[in-house]
Amino acid sequence: MQKDRLFLPTFLVFLFTLGLVAQPTTEDDLLAALGDEEPTILVDASFKTNRVINLHSLENTAPGVMDFKISHRFGFVDQGVYDLFGLDNASMRLGFEFGLTDRLAAGFGRASYQKTYDGFIKYKLFRQKTGEKAFPLTVAYISTVAIKTIKPPTDKPKPYFSSNMNYTHQLLIGRKFSDKFSFEVAPILVHRNIVPTAAIDNDIILIALAGRMKLTKWVSVNAEYIPIVAGNIDPQYKNSLSLGFDIETGGHVFQLHFTNSTSMSDHSIFTETVGDWAKGGIHFGFNVSRVFTLWDKRS
Amino acid sequence: MKKFFLLLAFATIFMAQANAQKYGTRKGTITFDSDTNMEKIHAVNNTVSAVIDAKSKKLQFAVLIKGFQFKKALMQEHFNENYMESSKFPKATFKGEIVDGDVNFVQIGSYDAKVKGKLTIHGVTKDVTVPVKIEMSKAGAHSTATFKVVLADYGIKIPSLVKNKIAKEVTIKVDATLPMLLKRNK
Repeated sequence: MQKDRLFLPTFLVFLFTLGLVAQPTTEDDLLAALGDEEPTILVDASFKTNRVINLHSLENTAPGVMDFKISHRFGFVDQGVYDLFGLDNASMRLGFEFGLTDRLAAGFGRASYQKTYDGFIKYKLFRQKTGEKAFPLTVAYISTVAIKTIKPPTDKPKPYFSSNMNYTHQLLIGRKFSDKFSFEVAPILVHRNIVPTAAIDNDIILIALAGRMKLTKWVSVNAEYIPIVAGNIDPQYKNSLSLGFDIETGGHVFQLHFTNSTSMSDHSIFTETVGDWAKGGIHFGFNVSRVFTLWDKRS
Repeated sequence: MKKFFLLLAFATIFMAQANAQKYGTRKGTITFDSDTNMEKIHAVNNTVSAVIDAKSKKLQFAVLIKGFQFKKALMQEHFNENYMESSKFPKATFKGEIVDGDVNFVQIGSYDAKVKGKLTIHGVTKDVTVPVKIEMSKAGAHSTATFKVVLADYGIKIPSLVKNKIAKEVTIKVDATLPMLLKRNK
């Protein structure tokens, strides 16, 4: 009896051992002899550049790379033929953005809208990965600061330096769902040091939604919507809505789009958008991004 | 019952022994060079998997396309996204055997040989014959090979805009030291 009871478990152990050891000896798959280790791979290229349109995307400027951006927003298209649908006027921004490490990027820029200087830092807290240590999302924190240097009307008192400061804190959460489709959500807090009246809040909260769909290897269609969800704001200001295309040609990415935001500095995209899509308050605009490799990221 | 345990022990040892004739690594190197007047492109991958079976003279290589490291990040992105389509075709593989040359795996020395087999890149499989050098030492089988790959043969399309920046034919160098596999890594 004793024997019989031991037989089955022993036999199973034997089969198990056999299976474990015999597996790599199959002639067809020699590489199985190395074991089935699955490497962890970072998911990249969720967006073509580090901007969806106005909003920061899930991508950082790569380490060792400088991204030089020239951005234009022409006048509102509802101005008609007289202004050639806005092409006679332009709001513009020059930006320099640097990839410092594979998680950290920083940049600065200068926009003609209210003569604004801006700077940001962006840190990737989590990165989407596949393989052994898979992670489903990319999460990045962005902090921006901007200062308006436009002179006030001569009849108004000169503002303090700090009165012109504006801040944003953004938490990007997103995922590259497939080769073609990526989507991100971003809770955003905007703080303005000075607002025109007591009824208007200094702090405004928004939730941005943005996505891209690749049409071909070189062209994608992008959209973003940034509604204000909390905080009193002057009713003349609208939620920012933009729609556009990314066109990649070797070292350049051309982003062509329609947007109701005039500014290209984060706080004023979020809280000072005046265009109304329904009434033709739309700008045609573009961002041109050109990257320069400053140092070899492998070194 | 004793007999049974003995049999089990023998079987296990025998199965483990079967691996002793194999050489393998996960840390082989493959470099990729595209050389034109406009641009020199160089990429390295240090995570090449390779196994050679000394008995059957069969060998296999596999490399993850995403593991190729370029100097310029944008090149690496284009390589993966637009040319190699690495999320669709994550690996390049070679499956073949040593057909020419007498490689003595138990004798220290340098051997020139040829391998013939199927090379799969970008989802396209072609028959290739490549000269290789195998140097046997205490560290294992050090294998090196250099060969050219015509991109168009593997369905890799280069847009006309960058045609003179990317060579039609790229040079692939393989360099891997394969220690003897005594037992399974896992």
